[in-house]
Amino acid sequence: MTTYALFGAMEQGFAFGLMVLGVYLTFRVLDFPDLTVDGSLPLGAAVSAVAISGGHSPALAALMAGGAGFLAGMVTGILNTKLKILHLLASILTMIALYSINLRIMGKPNMTLLGADTVVDQFQAFTGLPMVHSTPILFGVISLVVVALLIWFLHTEIGLCVLATGDNPRMITSQGVNTDTVIIFGVGLSNALVAVSGALVAQNQGAADVNMGVGTIIAGLASVIIGETVFGNKTIGRALIAAVLGSVLYRVAIALALGLKLGAFSITPSDLNLITAILVVIALTAPKMKAKFLAGRSS
Amino acid sequence: MSTMLNVTGATKIFNKGGVNEVTALSGVDLAVREGDFITVIGSNGAGKSTFLNAVAGCFRLNSGTVELDGENVTGWPEYRRAAKVGRVFQDPLMGTCAGATIEQNLAIALKRGQRRGLSFGVKRKDRDYFRERLATLHLGLENRLGTATGLLSGGQRQALTMLMATLVRPRLLLLDEHTAALDPKTAGMILDRTEELVTGQRLTTLMVTHNMQQAISLGNRLIMFHRGEIVLDIDGDEKRGLEVDDLLQRFAKLRGGDGVTDRMLLG
Repeated sequence: MTTYALFGAMEQGFAFGLMVLGVYLTFRVLDFPDLTVDGSLPLGAAVSAVAISGGHSPALAALMAGGAGFLAGMVTGILNTKLKILHLLASILTMIALYSINLRIMGKPNMTLLGADTVVDQFQAFTGLPMVHSTPILFGVISLVVVALLIWFLHTEIGLCVLATGDNPRMITSQGVNTDTVIIFGVGLSNALVAVSGALVAQNQGAADVNMGVGTIIAGLASVIIGETVFGNKTIGRALIAAVLGSVLYRVAIALALGLKLGAFSITPSDLNLITAILVVIALTAPKMKAKFLAGRSS
Repeated sequence: MSTMLNVTGATKIFNKGGVNEVTALSGVDLAVREGDFITVIGSNGAGKSTFLNAVAGCFRLNSGTVELDGENVTGWPEYRRAAKVGRVFQDPLMGTCAGATIEQNLAIALKRGQRRGLSFGVKRKDRDYFRERLATLHLGLENRLGTATGLLSGGQRQALTMLMATLVRPRLLLLDEHTAALDPKTAGMILDRTEELVTGQRLTTLMVTHNMQQAISLGNRLIMFHRGEIVLDIDGDEKRGLEVDDLLQRFAKLRGGDGVTDRMLLG
């Protein structure tokens, strides 16, 4: 792997890092499998693209994307808690609805940002470094700041309630906390992060596309699991950092897989979803297989 | 003494209109005075736990009212009633958050019924108080504030839950067979702590138990549920002189030819 490819993987990994943090928040902290992300990632991209082309600053555009993502997540939360729709189904409904909404926002299936100033351009101009270095640094710093904010948040009074809601909803209810509110807020926060991630990705690649969200949840899950396996999850802080680094490792793995050639057969980008799905299946079952194997040997 | 809890005509029918329709509570009336320590007995399915859940607000009653501490809380959801109610469940894993540390669990409990904000959950100034209260459990937990609660034994977690339920003085304490899932020694320890906490702080308490001896030796009042109704309510001096055989006989007499056995009663 060339250093150029490595920087590329880091750039991608950190850009999707916020998305992975969002997935960690729902999947691991709230115990809420949330597929809204497949819709909220392009939602963030669409909102930021439209905002930039409307003359707003790219940073503000990313924040607006976050706001839109928060609303999308809240919808999923409300469908689940107030209307009693199964969490998985509630999130799929929002995801499907967002496809239409994203088309409405952009007015077309995709939108380029060619020629427009983005956070990536601004940071490059600010640092004077070559783009191949400045972009991973920018996204790395953003991920780091968000990780720090999340670590702080999850140690506040409200943050502890978010942790406890995923861990033991009965207990936290008996301590006077309305779990419905926590879930609506938590899923909202998660999707806000995912949407900001979508905005960063769109600004980086210079285009927003209504289909760019396909497979987001699987990539997010794979990153979370890789991060946990490699870097551990003993404390919340460690788990959050592991999630971001897992995102980078995932992109590195993808880059390596894309270079694979088996005789006449070579792996193309269209194979990515299959590879990722296999990766997630292996990561999900490996701990159980290992336990089974060890148990089998000792008996 | 004033009335702390007043339940009138509490009726709860599960699966109403369905083939599995069950009348879990049928018109239960109960007035609990402030400072009462009531033990609650009855066979499986008699309505004891359903009654406690009805008081805690886990579901809406089909009819009837619940007044707590002078307020009509019939329409309040569980999380709102929690401001007045401390609870300990039968499952020792149910009352604590396994992924959080001991001090985080206590910090959550310290805010029961209050608004929670963005200040740090575990405050330095609270740690001394946590240590002091944990020391009363005699389990050495006061030196393990940062330990994940999931690493504790069932008995330790149940003791911690007891502490959490009473950290902010509850107007009413609900104990739902909170020693039933523990080994006899641990159950004895939890029961001792219960007695210390309840009598020490003069907490108004409802304690469901399957153990007749416990029901007789603890508390100042005893009620028995049968088929969704309160069939016995023994108070004061009469309670003090009570023995297990008396209880069994009185129950048998009450239900007449109902064929009640010890097994049904204690089951």
